[in-house]
Amino acid sequence: MYSEVTQSDIDYVKKIVGSENVFIAEEISEDFCRDELAGLKKSPEMLVDVSSAEEVSAIMKYAYERKIPVVPRGSGTGLVGGSVAIHGGIMLNLSGMNNIIELDEENLTLTVEPGVLLMELSKYVEERDLFYPPDPGEKSATIGGNISTNAGGMRAVKYGVTRDYVRGLEVVMPNGDIVELGSKVVKNSSGYSLKDLIIGGEGTLGIVTKAILKLLPLPKKAISLLIPFPTLEMAIETVPLIIKSKIIPTAIEYMVRDVILSSEEFLGKTFPDKSADAYLLLKFDGNSTEEIEAAYDKVAQICLGAGAYDVLISNTAEREESIWSARGAFLEAIKASTTEMDECDVVVPRNRIAEFVKFSDSLQDKYNIRIRSFGHAGDGNLHIYILKDDLDEEEWKKRLGQVFEAMYSKSKELGGKVSGEHGIGFAKIPYLKESMGEAGMQLLKSIKAAFDPLFILNPGKIC
Amino acid sequence: MTLKIAACIKQVPDVTEVKIDPETNTLIREGVDAITNPLDLYAVEEAIAITRNNDAESCAMCMGPEQALDSVREAMAMGIDKGVLISDRAFAGSDTWATSFILARAVKKLGADLVICGKQATDGDTAQVGPGIAAHLNWAQACYVSKVLNITQEEVTVERLLDYGREVITLKLPAVITVIKELNNPRLTRFFKLLESFEKPVEKWGAAELEIDANNCGLSGSPTKVNRIFAPPSRNKATLIKGENAREKAQNIADIIAGI
Repeated sequence: MYSEVTQSDIDYVKKIVGSENVFIAEEISEDFCRDELAGLKKSPEMLVDVSSAEEVSAIMKYAYERKIPVVPRGSGTGLVGGSVAIHGGIMLNLSGMNNIIELDEENLTLTVEPGVLLMELSKYVEERDLFYPPDPGEKSATIGGNISTNAGGMRAVKYGVTRDYVRGLEVVMPNGDIVELGSKVVKNSSGYSLKDLIIGGEGTLGIVTKAILKLLPLPKKAISLLIPFPTLEMAIETVPLIIKSKIIPTAIEYMVRDVILSSEEFLGKTFPDKSADAYLLLKFDGNSTEEIEAAYDKVAQICLGAGAYDVLISNTAEREESIWSARGAFLEAIKASTTEMDECDVVVPRNRIAEFVKFSDSLQDKYNIRIRSFGHAGDGNLHIYILKDDLDEEEWKKRLGQVFEAMYSKSKELGGKVSGEHGIGFAKIPYLKESMGEAGMQLLKSIKAAFDPLFILNPGKIC
Repeated sequence: MTLKIAACIKQVPDVTEVKIDPETNTLIREGVDAITNPLDLYAVEEAIAITRNNDAESCAMCMGPEQALDSVREAMAMGIDKGVLISDRAFAGSDTWATSFILARAVKKLGADLVICGKQATDGDTAQVGPGIAAHLNWAQACYVSKVLNITQEEVTVERLLDYGREVITLKLPAVITVIKELNNPRLTRFFKLLESFEKPVEKWGAAELEIDANNCGLSGSPTKVNRIFAPPSRNKATLIKGENAREKAQNIADIIAGI
């Protein structure tokens, strides 16, 4: 149903972007054939480094006429195959479009190209006493990728997710039209919020070529509490008590010793405490030490009342670095501890998170497979990793399927959703179908058809 | 006999780059929160670690105004056994000579066997107070300590990190060491111990307790006159090793090594 890429297609695209920016066959690095979870591999027929919305538009227009599939891509740090060209075709590498276009201090907005890395973005604004709150662990992801998956990150408890910080987008449509959705405005009731469909659209509805982001003033102070608990269950059961206390930490993360040890080994750095089996890690920010102290004092008392061994206070740059750099490396550390893994990124209501973690923990024995998890206890979003270790391929696929089946149906039972922040991509479509039902999936497909009637943009993803 | 380990700590402004008032040549401290000098936390950690493995007790000594008590409590919340605040109006304006003189008296009064100081404070950056304490007491000293290898009733063996390598030396106790970041990983402050530190008395020693007369402390006891403060030229010039590919870069590195 799709056209294959021919030599004349390659010649045409070379005329648009210059031949040095077009790669075919063996010229395409293996990195562009997969994302961060190894399961899915497929090479695009043509990889194109683009540098402007006009180039993207010209290529889309041509691809639309020729009916060639197009997959946009940032850093490729996704976990569900969203940026893998499963139907071949053209892959547009947007990571070179990485200019920060404008800081508007009067509107507190930052206008960026999609290839700006999250770590560059936060450094840029924080040097200017401003703050872009979304904080996914993967700092080498692009902002375009973050928008496409509506990434959340650790500060979601207090500040919300990527969608809450996107004011406007410039988008290239599948037919090559360039449209502006939203703008610098704070409020907007002007028709359907198309911008919000693009956010979380995983590059299936349009290609983001510019984004206007909302900024906040940078909180002046931050401290973290590392709270050791006798068991994971006790740690997680404390979370709803903290939420109920009406004190809102910036982040509430949970972790177990095993994962901490893996990250120590992975980073070659020691973690400040590993005496307990399970920990909550809380961060507080604010504008004065007094304000933060008052908040954490109350939360510390709650945790001690719930059976925490102690509350450890991290209040210096060095200590913060030693804790949060370890936290940021958990995914890579778990990955390094096994042969292959797959992940479940479900989100459940916050008061059900203990139940879910307990349940997924119990699947280890039931299916005889190693499962590790950590996650955003404060927002109900879990990252659960199922590890292949030395299982053979057939057994691995079998047990993985059973574990996923059990987890996703449990999540549904608890009122949860398939993905908290990693998206659906290719890997989670069956579970989305189960979760959304026929009517829901039909709506998704109708929306897809309205944006992309020929189904050429990132086909085979989401729906 | 129980060894007495003293960690000397200082409260400093919480800024990475301290600003200097060009008129008076003094540090601008207004509007800046105070924290414990980051390097001193390594001294505190080492003092605590020594008490865990030896018959020893630890004490944190902090010289400064009344609010420096926060730093003493922080050290106690990490696990230091005893806190002393060295504070007196008469001490205000002390330079490194007078400060190390006062601290030396306090060390003597405490009966310390080993004094551990951070290499330097982030505000003044002089790195003189630790060696100054040793000089006033005529004790052995080792600076830039990166590892405490062994401690007994009579001596302490340490590793120093120097420009040209590492040096292992043994000092007769009593002694003073100043320490660097490579030494350890300072433990986190413990909430329980922090609460406890408010219950525990912190001794306060002034000029009277330390038997220091006004000529040996404060401005009148300070021979230093600051004419000008400036950043020293950077000593470590980094060279970026370039090359078309990994092989070429590796060759360039090998050439440099071969030339040393």
